[in-house]
Amino acid sequence: MLRDNAISDPRQEQRLFSMRVMLSVCIVLGLTSIVLFRYYDLQVNRHLDYVTNSNKNRIHIRSVAPTRGLIFDRHGQLLADNRPAFTLNIIPESAGDTDQLIARLDTLLSISEKDIARFKKREKRSKGFAPVPLKYNLTEQERAILAVNSHVLQGTEVSAQLMRFYPQRELLTHTLGYVGRINDREIKNIDPESYRGTDFIGKIGLEKYYEETLLGKVGTEQVETDARGRVMRVLGKNDPVPGSNLTIHIDSQLQRVALDALKDERGALVAIDVKTGGILSMVSTPSYDPNLFISGISQKQYDGLLNSPDRPLFNRALRGQYPPGSTVKPLFGLIGLQHKIYDIDYSIYDPGYFFMEGIKRPWRDHNADQGGHGYGVDLAEAIIESCDVFFYTTGVKTGIDLLSKESALFGLGDVTGIDLPGEKRGIMPTRAWKKDNRRQDWFNGDTINMSIGQGFMLTTPLQLAVMSARIASRGKTVIPKLLKSVDGKDIAPEFAPDPIQYDDKYWNYIHQAMVDVVHSKKGTARGISEGISYKLAGKTGTAQVISIHEKDKYDSSKIDKRKWDHALFVAFAPADNPQIALGLIVENGEHGSRTAAPIARKVIDTYLANYTPNKLHNDASRLAKYALAPIEDN
Amino acid sequence: MYKYDFVRQLDSKGGDRRQNVLHIDFTLLTILLVLCMTGLFVLYSASEQSLYYVKRQATFMLTGFAGMLIVAQFPVRFWQRWAAVFYASALIALAAVLFFGVEAKGATRWLNLGFARFQPSEIAKIAVPMMVSAYLSRRIIPPKLKHVAGALLIVAIPAFLIIRQPDLGTSILVFTSGFFVLFLAGLRKRYLAGAFFGALAAAPLLWLYVMRDYQKQRVLTLLSPEDDRFGAGWNIIQSTTAIGSGGLAGKGWTEGTQSQLNFLPESHTDFIIAVLAEEFGLLGVIGLCTIYLLLIGYCMIIAVNAQSQFARLMAGSISLTFFIYMFVNMSMVSGLLPVVGVPLPLVSYGGSAIVTLFFGFGILMAISSEPKRIGSWR
Repeated sequence: MLRDNAISDPRQEQRLFSMRVMLSVCIVLGLTSIVLFRYYDLQVNRHLDYVTNSNKNRIHIRSVAPTRGLIFDRHGQLLADNRPAFTLNIIPESAGDTDQLIARLDTLLSISEKDIARFKKREKRSKGFAPVPLKYNLTEQERAILAVNSHVLQGTEVSAQLMRFYPQRELLTHTLGYVGRINDREIKNIDPESYRGTDFIGKIGLEKYYEETLLGKVGTEQVETDARGRVMRVLGKNDPVPGSNLTIHIDSQLQRVALDALKDERGALVAIDVKTGGILSMVSTPSYDPNLFISGISQKQYDGLLNSPDRPLFNRALRGQYPPGSTVKPLFGLIGLQHKIYDIDYSIYDPGYFFMEGIKRPWRDHNADQGGHGYGVDLAEAIIESCDVFFYTTGVKTGIDLLSKESALFGLGDVTGIDLPGEKRGIMPTRAWKKDNRRQDWFNGDTINMSIGQGFMLTTPLQLAVMSARIASRGKTVIPKLLKSVDGKDIAPEFAPDPIQYDDKYWNYIHQAMVDVVHSKKGTARGISEGISYKLAGKTGTAQVISIHEKDKYDSSKIDKRKWDHALFVAFAPADNPQIALGLIVENGEHGSRTAAPIARKVIDTYLANYTPNKLHNDASRLAKYALAPIEDN
Repeated sequence: MYKYDFVRQLDSKGGDRRQNVLHIDFTLLTILLVLCMTGLFVLYSASEQSLYYVKRQATFMLTGFAGMLIVAQFPVRFWQRWAAVFYASALIALAAVLFFGVEAKGATRWLNLGFARFQPSEIAKIAVPMMVSAYLSRRIIPPKLKHVAGALLIVAIPAFLIIRQPDLGTSILVFTSGFFVLFLAGLRKRYLAGAFFGALAAAPLLWLYVMRDYQKQRVLTLLSPEDDRFGAGWNIIQSTTAIGSGGLAGKGWTEGTQSQLNFLPESHTDFIIAVLAEEFGLLGVIGLCTIYLLLIGYCMIIAVNAQSQFARLMAGSISLTFFIYMFVNMSMVSGLLPVVGVPLPLVSYGGSAIVTLFFGFGILMAISSEPKRIGSWR
């Protein structure tokens, strides 16, 4: 059988084979050693490195958003709440054909094109097992429909998140502000660590001012994930710290009364607790529902708010700057008395006009047509009847420098320091101010205009309220604040550094004059004294929107209502032991006495009637009512 | 010659009569059983603790055992006589794959017979060493140059056909199984040296003309897996992480985070050793290697005791090829060699490889159960 002349020697064959097997065994053992050494190197020498890598693979830190702090009014009424909002999600992995599922959902709930487009965009980036939101803010009815049909809706899921909700809706919008989704500009200014897991940030108002206090501290969760990022289990937890709850000085009931009184007007009202500086009420009308802004307002709704001639988005109480008109007369009179420019006995003759030496044009008194206030007009009468000529005369005597310097102590011409963002300074003009802003010297004529709160002078309703509070408290320079307590810990009132030290006799004199504005027969606000059970001190004011030539008469019937005078009123009560002070303006309200003063009366009546109320039971039941209702899209 | 005494002792333990009647080598059977049980045990954990793969694998193994016992009944000479036919059929099947093969995952490796699909390259793993053994057993030893050339040709044709599929891993296994026959037949040292340097010289040619882009990529990935963390490097980074994080004693059965959380790819097939290394640590790896070495060592003993040159060469080649499976797989998973599709023998999930391996062990059993005719050469 052997071919190729081979001589086969079985012994030699076997010996050679055995040698080769021995060699093979050596090679096998050698190669096995190399492999085992490799495993030894990986598993023993570099074990810890690979343990680290392996943990990096599977262990991830997930952020847990803290609950935002709640905001209550002084009686425990809930003003800013967190409520579950329900979202319909689709889990693409278990849904299969998502288009078909959406079509089916559309027949049940009607899904908007916009929702579908947003879903499609997110679905592309999703990981299949992770829920992708389709529709936000499901109503109770929608949730019920989903629950009933759940057997044909495989791959859908309803999730709940806490969302900010303002149960009082438009009541306190400008003051509370609202939260909204963090935008690109904000993202640059925030610490990204603190906002992990949170999509919302305070946009305006208290929500913005106390953002850090309300936010809380983000928590973390150590989770084990698989290779696709699906969370398998939670390994460890570091609970988030909820934000602090704020109680503010606002009295919701008072706020409601003030808002209702102003709701058909454009205007603002600020009421201050004279003792603490706490803001009891702060209204700017028209108002709007802040809940619109939380989950994204529609462009149409937003344009409506933005372009309305009534400017509902504008916070008039804080940022509206108006000439204060006659409301500054008590203050300017007080300054003149205290600085001995004239005395209590000082009086003038008012023919209805005031002539300044060297100037042809006279300054009219508002009742010039009736021939002025006549002889013997002293400061009290000038305040009670709002005589302009008296203040033209004394204003020039007192001089711009003193008026400016002293008015600043009463809060005019600078921010009051309230705990809200975006406060306007108003203008309390000085010589330097005019030089800088108008490139002109200060003239006596400017002082004359200013002495009845016109001319360059501008104040915010908040400043008017602060001014009347400082007059009411006989010079306590308390700073207005909204925040009353944080997590139940009271915040002490703050005072401005420069005290007002005026003589008591002058305080008494001015207080009495302001009481007589309301309570005397000749007072400009006598109309609101009917049936009043306490002493209300006040001062009316009218601010010109357009300037009327001295010969022309102001006739509202001939002018567009938008150009009517603004009506103002400042007040405090009770006069013998002041508790509440306020400033208010009704845009184009014409006369402080007729439009503005009755509103002040209503607000002060309400406050003093409830001065030591025990409304806790009432509030608790209201809280319970709101706690159950979820947010619904509407 | 104490070694042969040892071998005889082993032989007599088995009991000649029983072996001769049923042609079963109980020692080999026992080692294989232990290995298969170990494999199923690891597979359960590697396949996300589902019994599906374990059941299927167990079915393959039972089929394999049955096949092995059937093959063992044929006398060794039968295989020697029919080697050429067997080899020719394998070549035809391999050629058929190139024309009528079923494509899967970018490679054409399967033939569809209507009732079943099979992989002709698996037949080649047995047919090639068988043919080379038959060829060389009738030639003078050590083989002359022309016989070496003849043997190489027998090896090269199927290896080339397989590389065209493309299936580098199987091609390497087929080539080495044939080469081992040459080596065991006493290939002269100068030819060995020539082969070694020839391989070195051929490497650039392989790189330029034979290897596909994805195969080249695997080699590059081996050298620096971090270059492509989430692409080609992913597998090797995850497998070394699994192995390394297992440490000395491992994370515990079904507790391996790399494999259980799906970071490890192909965890129940080619990369199953990483699951074992992660869950049972270095001790587990050494344990498995011990079983493998016992098996290979025992097969070597069968080879040394074989009664004909054909049987010797065949048994030796099967044993060494089995070792190559183990070596290449363990090396590629741990990042010593590029990733080529070589399974971990009898542990990785997969029917084809199991059937082929048991076929080989069937032949070994036939060899081991042949009557001893010390001194005779026929």
